[in-house]
Amino acid sequence: MKRFLFAVLMVFVSLPARADVDIKEFKSPGGINVWLLEEPSIPMVALELRFQGGASLDAEGKRGATNLMVGLLEEGAGDLDSQGFAKASESLAARYGYDVSDDTVAISSVFLSENRDEAMELLRLSIIEPRFDEASLERVRGQVLSVVRSEETDPNKIAGKTFKAIAFGDHPYGSGLNGTLESVSSLTRDDIVAAHQAALAKDRMVVSVVGDVTAEELGPMLDNLLGALPEKGAPLPPKTTPNLTGAVEVVEFDTPQSVAVFGQLGIERDDDDFFAAYLLNTILGGGGFESRLMEEVREKRGLTYGVYSYLVPKDLAALYMGSVASANDRIGEAVQVIQDEWARMANDGVTLDELNKAKALLTGAYPLRFDGNGAIAEIMVGMQVQGLPIDYIKTRNDKVNAVTLDEINRVASELLKPDALQFVIVGKPEGV
Amino acid sequence: MPRVLMAAALVAIAALPAKAKEMVSTFQLDNGMDVVVVEDHRAPVVMHMVWYRSGSADETPGVSGVAHFLEHLLFKGTDTLEPGEFSATVAANGGRDNAFTSYDYTAYFQRVAADRLELMMRMESDRMVNLRLGEEEILTERDVIIEERNQRTENSPGALFREQLNAAQYLNHRYGVPIIGWRHEMETLSLEDALAYYKTFYAPNNAILVVAGDVQPDEVLELAEKYYGVLPANPDLKPRERTIEPPQTSARRMVFHDKRVSQPYVTRSYLAPERDPGAQEGAAALTMLAEVLGGGTTSVLAEQLQFEDKIAVYTGAHYSGTSLDKTTFDLTVVPAHGTSLQEAEDAMDAVIAAFFETGVDEEHLERIKMQLRASQIYARDNVGSLANRYGRALTSGLRVEDVQAWPDVLQAVTSEDIMEAARMVFDDKKSVTGWLQGAKQTEMNQ
Repeated sequence: MKRFLFAVLMVFVSLPARADVDIKEFKSPGGINVWLLEEPSIPMVALELRFQGGASLDAEGKRGATNLMVGLLEEGAGDLDSQGFAKASESLAARYGYDVSDDTVAISSVFLSENRDEAMELLRLSIIEPRFDEASLERVRGQVLSVVRSEETDPNKIAGKTFKAIAFGDHPYGSGLNGTLESVSSLTRDDIVAAHQAALAKDRMVVSVVGDVTAEELGPMLDNLLGALPEKGAPLPPKTTPNLTGAVEVVEFDTPQSVAVFGQLGIERDDDDFFAAYLLNTILGGGGFESRLMEEVREKRGLTYGVYSYLVPKDLAALYMGSVASANDRIGEAVQVIQDEWARMANDGVTLDELNKAKALLTGAYPLRFDGNGAIAEIMVGMQVQGLPIDYIKTRNDKVNAVTLDEINRVASELLKPDALQFVIVGKPEGV
Repeated sequence: MPRVLMAAALVAIAALPAKAKEMVSTFQLDNGMDVVVVEDHRAPVVMHMVWYRSGSADETPGVSGVAHFLEHLLFKGTDTLEPGEFSATVAANGGRDNAFTSYDYTAYFQRVAADRLELMMRMESDRMVNLRLGEEEILTERDVIIEERNQRTENSPGALFREQLNAAQYLNHRYGVPIIGWRHEMETLSLEDALAYYKTFYAPNNAILVVAGDVQPDEVLELAEKYYGVLPANPDLKPRERTIEPPQTSARRMVFHDKRVSQPYVTRSYLAPERDPGAQEGAAALTMLAEVLGGGTTSVLAEQLQFEDKIAVYTGAHYSGTSLDKTTFDLTVVPAHGTSLQEAEDAMDAVIAAFFETGVDEEHLERIKMQLRASQIYARDNVGSLANRYGRALTSGLRVEDVQAWPDVLQAVTSEDIMEAARMVFDDKKSVTGWLQGAKQTEMNQ
């Protein structure tokens, strides 16, 4: 009944508005490639920088060096010590963010038009002239060690780290980017300086800016900001393939609710089948309340508060992962339902109705993302990191809509490997 | 640095953009439902929200968690919508929907293309009065909220600890009961419990419509009258009169042991006044006090304990005045490795004592005010956060004019106001001090 009503409704649902975003691409006088969206209606600018490589550039035996380095960028630079830097940024009301993931170092800033030169100068100091003072190093090291200790008794972190170790072994993807108590404790100031040289370089940098600034103004500002970076960073680690067997690994941990992560080999972002896989995942476990996993595990059986799956196309390997959490005496059933759904999807694929609904969700939701300077700057820099063309925003929904039922069901049978879907369960699961 | 720890400190100082006033229009429908429209025409997107002036603190004793349970059940179906069809329809239109519950409010929202606003209003007004629930879906959804409690609370020693702290802080007020509910009461929540709450509180005269995005206020009003304006007000809706705290006369202390804790910390909460309509000055001074003491690495606690004494990895002070009844002012110190909780607590006390001697650094206060002024500009880039600000304030006993006056009230706070607020709030008799620790030594030896 419900499904029938719904199919009729679909006919009348026209596609919502397209995202209308006019990005300019230009080179600064100094040769930096920039994506800019001029948006003068609010007197502010959002800037996003990404440096590819990220924590995977950690040198042998120096796990955690890139993370600690990134944490120290805002802890003193140029003539300013840590407190001096913080006071200067507070006085400008500029916001700076420094973050690291397996694949990138992310530097973000939002500042006011009225003091943008001063805000950019402070940002330049943190990127080009960080001090890495011993006092700051020891203080931030203490914070990182506190985080590492906390992770040792956090079931979610234990599950994630165990899965990474199984999938990637000695590759940098195989361990946590914060490092271990031992590796972080042994890092020296020289290691931090080396990590800075390795990770922040022009050959792996992308830049996007949204806000109250013109290309003519921005070019020289960026040359000043980034011109002194080294031309080349450290070589990237090799690509790798996750080693997943389909076993269910249990890590005993005394807590009432078991946490499970699961995964198999994924699909690359530039694969011709990526959009089919993206739609497939939306139907299987990525589409919120409308996904099959949510319907079967939560809505029908009440086994969990949330179950999700997600494509993880990293730079050096591609995973297809998911997560769920259920009470110790119910996690076994949740895992069984997920395994069954994985197999059902691999064998039977999706229906045309499901495909059409997933297309409506993805194409309708896409323009909703472009609702603020900060949000758009992040989307733009993400496109650059993924190597997407500047007109991608205009063509993306067409690519989603072009996926046929035959295509998605071929991808379902090729991509999904029910027998190789590896589980890691942390808790005291019963009947697993 | 660590983003994980600092996140707690970054809980924003609520300040409404002065210039954002121009983006906001307000109305009231004949049946008493309030309407707030926030305009932002940069993208063809709208956020549609309905906030109810009732949350977990409005529950009757014995059915804790029922406000949140009902929030889940509102996705189950009405006379005209099948269970799950609400969210499915939002998704079919390319939107996302969800809901949340707090002590003072329950809110439902959808983010969709602006031309889908009418459909959202049709469905949201429908489930305000036409909910239909069956016994079986009640039981399945009760399992879901118990798993939600497992995930948020039972699996997190920090959350279990905060639950006990709150329970000790409030002697007679429902803020001492967790929003998600005590587990033993959640396990017996029934269809009748949910429907009793629904019939008492879900009515237009207890609701606020907030629409933010690419919309015209007069068009929103027209649609609101068509869908919400036709619903009858609940004549039996009573004023929100809750149980009141007796005088608090003794400092409370607790030690919480859990072997899943690797990083111990000490925290203390003090009962504190909230923002009241037309009288927000005291809350503004407390907001600034929290910034001065614990609002980042240049704050008083961080400078002394993290930079000078080097005995803490994180320090913080937190106060949020947007609350219907008395709230709390909180201090937290996460000790460095090798520093005991007693040493951390003594150091925290010493910093507060010294602060009464030295007072507020005027330059620091000026930097905080500069950031508040800038946040009024930054807020215009995030229309969703503006919508939330109005919804939270209006369900917490405040009026639109209070929200709009708040930035100026904050800017007017002097260092003497802050010291007076400190003298008032740091009253040990109204405090709870808690230590979160790992396993007791005996447990570790087992």
